[in-house]
Amino acid sequence: MSIFDKFEQLAAARQELENNCGTFFNVVMEEILSGTEAVVNGRPTILAGSNNYLGLSFDPDCVDAACKAARKEGTGTTGSRMANGTFSGHLALEQELAEFFNRQSAIVFSTGYVANLAMLSTLVGPGDIILLDADCHASIYDGCRLGDAEVHRFRHNDPQDLEKRLMRLEKRNTNILVVVEGLYSMMGDRAPLADIVAVKDKHGAYLLLDEAHSLGVLGANGRGLAEEDGVENGVDFVVGTFSKSLGAIGGFCASNHPELNLARYASRPYVFTASSSPSVIASTRTALKILQKRSELRDRLWDNAQRLYRKLQDLNFSVGPEPSPIVAVRLEDKAEALALWSGLLENGVYVNLVLPPATPDGNCLLRSSVSAGHTPEQMDRICEAFTAVRKAVKTV
Amino acid sequence: MQVNENIIEELTRILQPFVPQGLKIEEETDLVSDLGLDSLKVMKIVESVEDSLDISIPLNILPEVRTVKDFALQIQKLIGDG
Repeated sequence: MSIFDKFEQLAAARQELENNCGTFFNVVMEEILSGTEAVVNGRPTILAGSNNYLGLSFDPDCVDAACKAARKEGTGTTGSRMANGTFSGHLALEQELAEFFNRQSAIVFSTGYVANLAMLSTLVGPGDIILLDADCHASIYDGCRLGDAEVHRFRHNDPQDLEKRLMRLEKRNTNILVVVEGLYSMMGDRAPLADIVAVKDKHGAYLLLDEAHSLGVLGANGRGLAEEDGVENGVDFVVGTFSKSLGAIGGFCASNHPELNLARYASRPYVFTASSSPSVIASTRTALKILQKRSELRDRLWDNAQRLYRKLQDLNFSVGPEPSPIVAVRLEDKAEALALWSGLLENGVYVNLVLPPATPDGNCLLRSSVSAGHTPEQMDRICEAFTAVRKAVKTV
Repeated sequence: MQVNENIIEELTRILQPFVPQGLKIEEETDLVSDLGLDSLKVMKIVESVEDSLDISIPLNILPEVRTVKDFALQIQKLIGDG
């Protein structure tokens, strides 16, 4: 018996995948050509699964800002925010995020994952309750596990089920934090936020909204689903990431609760990790300004999203419930999913292949995400690749 | 601790559609190694038990649950705690 025995099942699953689809574990971006293209297996490949929604990872102003910051302040902070790792840039970005979201304050974290880990393990404690949407991201579940609150789930995007559970828990007479996401990362569907806000207000709960995939994507000013649905005042805590629309890495939480600032001192994921490097902070600050100024990026993103969604519908694929920059194809048959994914890669298009149990309903997913950076020609090639593999792998 | 027969009965009824036909569900049956339940199925089962018995089951108790009897005892405790 060894400590590695528990990996046996994983090893068997990996071997099976290796036998059926060897390339799955060998996707390396050998050369990055742009925000939407890289060389994979020696072949130029369009990236249609990168979450680079506004295409800002290669924006010249963002790259310049990162280079200047690295030259001026070094490659890393080499310290925690609580020690030597708070540079003026971190504080400036927190201020800019608070202003952008019209909130009293914001905290910047090293990644989006860490932001959820920090907030969910710190905001609620022993005796408190977290009530989360069943399809929440792993970082939310992990944050719950790190904290001491009692954790309950409600059925995905079902405000009635949320209310039923709130009523059951009401007699406990304790603090309840409801957790939902703006856009769900696997199927690209959005939360029925106005209904959720109404329910949580009725029952006196708090609401944390993860806008990881909706920041820069939804809302007239790109603030996300809460802005789009006109319910920003009903959201207590907005969490998000810099690694999608803002083209970098990092995370944040913004709130009107003045106590938010105290959370940073109580949060292990904030205290016990190094802070973001100066280049990341600088490019994120620039990207946040671009997000606010260049609404045409959002328009282009949605044009591309509508186009791919319609194309996959025309090809009779089982897609998510609504058009979104995340366009996912649901497949019951794993062999079909692997064949389609490999076929797309051979046709020069990379999308995400997501296998159970990482998917919401036990099916396989071919998950594409489009970008404002995809040119009309690249969108043509993505659509042509889907048409070609649809014809080659015909099992509907 | 003595497990309530009614809870075992209700739990068995809820588990039945999630396990291969012909597999017998007993108190000492292991949910994962005997019934082959994965995390997604376990979550669906938790939702069904909550609705059937009108209780709230915290995810925090799941690491303590290995067998049908373990699950039934946790449910019994939650009903008792009201």
